[in-house]
Amino acid sequence: MELTLAIAIGVLTGSGVWLILRPRTYQLVIGLSLLSYAVNLFIFAMGRLRVGAAPVLADGVTNPADYADPVPQALVLTAIVIGFATTALLLVVLLVSRGLTGSDHVDGRESR
Amino acid sequence: MKLALITLLPFLGAVFPVFSIRYGRNACAALAGAFTLAALVLLLGEAPAVYRGEVPAWGVDWLAPVGLRFSFFLDGLGLFFATLILGIGLLIILYARFYLDSRNPMGVFYTYLLLFQGAMVGIALSNNVLMMLVFWELTSLSSFLLIGYWRHLPEARQGARMALAVTGGGGLCLIAGMLLLGHIAGSYELGEILARGEVVKASPLYAPALVLILLGAFTKSAQFPFHFWLPHAMAAPTPVSAYLHSATMVKAGVFLLARLWPVLAGTDMWFMVVTPAGLVTMLVGAWIAIFKDDLKALLAFSTVSHLGLMVMLLGFGTHMAAVACAFHILNHATFKAPLFMSAGIVDHEAHTRDIRRLGGLVTLMPITATLALIAAASMAGIPLLNGFLSKEMMLEEASHTVFAGTTWLVPVLATLGALLSVAYSARFAVRTFLGPVRHDYPHHPHDPPFGMWLPVAVLVVPVIAIGILPMLAEPVITRTAMAIVGGPLPEFHLALWHGLTPALFMSLVAIAGGAALFAAFDPADRLRRSLPRPEAKRLFDSVIDALVAVCRRFIDASHTGSLQAYAGATIAAVVTVGLVAFFDAPHAAGERTPMPVNATAILAWILVLGATLAVITCHANRLLALVLTSVIGLVVSLSFLTLSAPDLALTQISVEVVTTILLLLALNLLPKQTAPEKGLGIHLRDGAVAIVAGLGIAGIAYAVMTRDFSTISDFHIAQSKPGGGGTNVVNVTLVDFRGYDTFGEIIVLGIAALTIFALLDNALRGAAARRLDAMRQGEEAKDAHPLILVVATRVLLPLALTVAVYIFLRGHNQPGGGFIAGLIVSIAFIMQYIASGYAFAAERARVNAQALIGAGVIIAGLTGIGSWFFDAPFLTSTFGHLHLPVIGDVELASAMGFDTGVFLTVIGAVMLSLSQIARVEQRAEREPVPEGPMDNRPQPVGGDAPALTATQGAAK
Repeated sequence: MELTLAIAIGVLTGSGVWLILRPRTYQLVIGLSLLSYAVNLFIFAMGRLRVGAAPVLADGVTNPADYADPVPQALVLTAIVIGFATTALLLVVLLVSRGLTGSDHVDGRESR
Repeated sequence: MKLALITLLPFLGAVFPVFSIRYGRNACAALAGAFTLAALVLLLGEAPAVYRGEVPAWGVDWLAPVGLRFSFFLDGLGLFFATLILGIGLLIILYARFYLDSRNPMGVFYTYLLLFQGAMVGIALSNNVLMMLVFWELTSLSSFLLIGYWRHLPEARQGARMALAVTGGGGLCLIAGMLLLGHIAGSYELGEILARGEVVKASPLYAPALVLILLGAFTKSAQFPFHFWLPHAMAAPTPVSAYLHSATMVKAGVFLLARLWPVLAGTDMWFMVVTPAGLVTMLVGAWIAIFKDDLKALLAFSTVSHLGLMVMLLGFGTHMAAVACAFHILNHATFKAPLFMSAGIVDHEAHTRDIRRLGGLVTLMPITATLALIAAASMAGIPLLNGFLSKEMMLEEASHTVFAGTTWLVPVLATLGALLSVAYSARFAVRTFLGPVRHDYPHHPHDPPFGMWLPVAVLVVPVIAIGILPMLAEPVITRTAMAIVGGPLPEFHLALWHGLTPALFMSLVAIAGGAALFAAFDPADRLRRSLPRPEAKRLFDSVIDALVAVCRRFIDASHTGSLQAYAGATIAAVVTVGLVAFFDAPHAAGERTPMPVNATAILAWILVLGATLAVITCHANRLLALVLTSVIGLVVSLSFLTLSAPDLALTQISVEVVTTILLLLALNLLPKQTAPEKGLGIHLRDGAVAIVAGLGIAGIAYAVMTRDFSTISDFHIAQSKPGGGGTNVVNVTLVDFRGYDTFGEIIVLGIAALTIFALLDNALRGAAARRLDAMRQGEEAKDAHPLILVVATRVLLPLALTVAVYIFLRGHNQPGGGFIAGLIVSIAFIMQYIASGYAFAAERARVNAQALIGAGVIIAGLTGIGSWFFDAPFLTSTFGHLHLPVIGDVELASAMGFDTGVFLTVIGAVMLSLSQIARVEQRAEREPVPEGPMDNRPQPVGGDAPALTATQGAAK
């Protein structure tokens, strides 16, 4: 499972980086989404993988070994929401930029 | 304490002139003078102690860890210099009052002058080399302001820039040199450094430290080959030239060499570098001075020459040479400042300072001429004036100096220097003041007001007094020279007559030769014209131009305006750094038992990989790319669910929904297809970066996941129930343990949404809006608001809200919470917008989204502040239980209030962003708000408009 997840994270990262380096604004947004999936999964994976051990305490059981690590999960949770906010902001900047320049190239003009 | 006050008084005084100028120019000058006088009186009050052999000192720590202390001390050298600075400063203030007429802003002038004065006094009294550097830079800056005082003149601006570039550049070298010196000596306190001369000279770092410090001193004191800036600094008003560029600032370099003499001098390297630099400067400066027609330029080059003389004396490294140097500093200040001021008077009265248009002034302005002639004779080294005495001492020292094995080289060149200085002094004196009276002066000259010649006269008094009775200066010079060498001096006496010494002979040769050279000026001038004359300013300008051109080429090459290239460079740099770290550390797979893989996981894995690869290959079709991205997001949320993170799964899936809606809205305003891209090279480069990044991250992730680890979360799990009152550890972490973090995050969320609002609100007006409008793809759905969708979303709205409340309330103990509940509510409302249209939904929205964001942040903040009333830190939570019918036992923690804030902010932020983007689509302000259950779209002619009217009627 670790290997499959690592490969998935790697493929998402590589694809995200590739798309971020493309010239069109839309590609950039999609690339950023892929990259944020990768980053979220990566941070989450730092707490190691567990099945059936959600960090919701059962009565009287407070042995940490019985639960998945809650701290990376808390970090990722806010990261997902902030990720939405930044994606929306980026998108609006790109839209307004297209309105002002008439081009959806990241440079605001078609490349020479 | 008193020493700090002496230094700070001029700085304090610098505040007043700009304000006091409104009470008249006399008040302004008097106030500036009063501060200077106060500092001078305080300083002289310390003098008796210094002459008793004490060294008053005072200091406090400033930045102790780096060795910077605010500390001062006063020894003979410091007292000597500070007295010169403040004493001449006082005279210059008086002189400038009459020199500057009402068209010049006098307040600003005095402010700059006092700033400069304070900085100079600071250099003289500093006991910490780092603090001295601060004052050193301040003198460069304030002299920049003073040289550029007449900022409407291009030469003033260029001269100021050149002076700053040269002295500032030297200052940078000096900083490095002083840091090295302090490092070698183990302290930045000057007192301690001076005591460790032997350690410093033995250190392998001595040579670099010496070179760097000399660069600083030579640039400041205009030593060859850095002498070229000083004549250009003469574009400053004459009081400035007299003060900075003859008496004080240019001597800062000499002062520094004298100050560090015990530490640095006496080695072969010191002698072999400093002596020739001084000697060459003396000769070059004097030679150029002879042929200058501008009085101030002549004096400027003569100053360069005299500074060379002082540096040469320090370079000799003998105690008597140090005595001669101290004596010459005093004498030079007393004759050169009057000469500059006389030149200023001539310029002021005759409206020219071109030597070819002057002559015969002695009958028209007898007072000025007499004073200037005495000072000029002293500069030439005529007996019975002080210049003769120190010049003879210089020749005496030169006559015993052996350079590179030759005994005659230094004495002959020193005599030549003295000879040249006789020639330029003669030219200055004779061509300006003697000869027949002319009738073609640009302005008829006469003696200036009393206040203008008085400072000249005050300084000429010591020129004669010391010249006739040299023993008057003996205590001062002895005390100063003792401070320079840092120990006792050999027995010596300043006297007019030392017998028939070689120096006397050399003096006579110099005077006779100089007179002869002056007589043969025309042949000499022809000789000079036949020699190569490098124009320093042109060289300097071409160096600067070349530097600018190199920088511009670099900037043009790197700042192409292509964001793609910038992003590529940034990411490539990050990947490279990561790569280096990757090879530096172990990254093989660890020992942890891997988790078994099941068929479902493999299926999901293939789905993600397939979708990702499809996105990057088919991204030209944008709608498809969006659908594929959602598939990835869905699988990611399912993975979270499987891997024991139900909160993440819920959050991810709801964010997925709103992100998809967002992108769909945006897609309508962007091209549907991506234009094909050219450039295989770029693709290969980006592909390589992307592959390395992906491999690296995958490698790190695998290496980490296969290792065991220690975590800080034991605390969170153990304290979740007793401390936070909830069993959902993730939610308790968010609202309690890391509540402060969450508080910051909801603020960011709110700011992002408000920024979106502001950006779009502007973009909705003007040309950008028209262009966006024109770009919208015209094609619209036949039935934009299907009735089934409208009905379904209406029915779902209360259900969705109920679910959200449930998720919110249970969040503390079960997966859920403010973030997720907020997202669910947002989705429920957004569905109304989609189904019924922007105008319809916006009209019915009871609550303003901005207000929701504000309320959310305020509620979360107040909950945090609430704990202050119980003497607990910000955001400390408390909890109790409440039994609600149907829902059951509800944990009522104060964290619940905080979570409410989170909840409201999320709703506000999501609604605001999405509705604003939707508004761009709709341009709602142009369409009337319909009264029916959905937006009313203009129908094509002959369409089903009657049906819509019927629906509206039914709704009524």
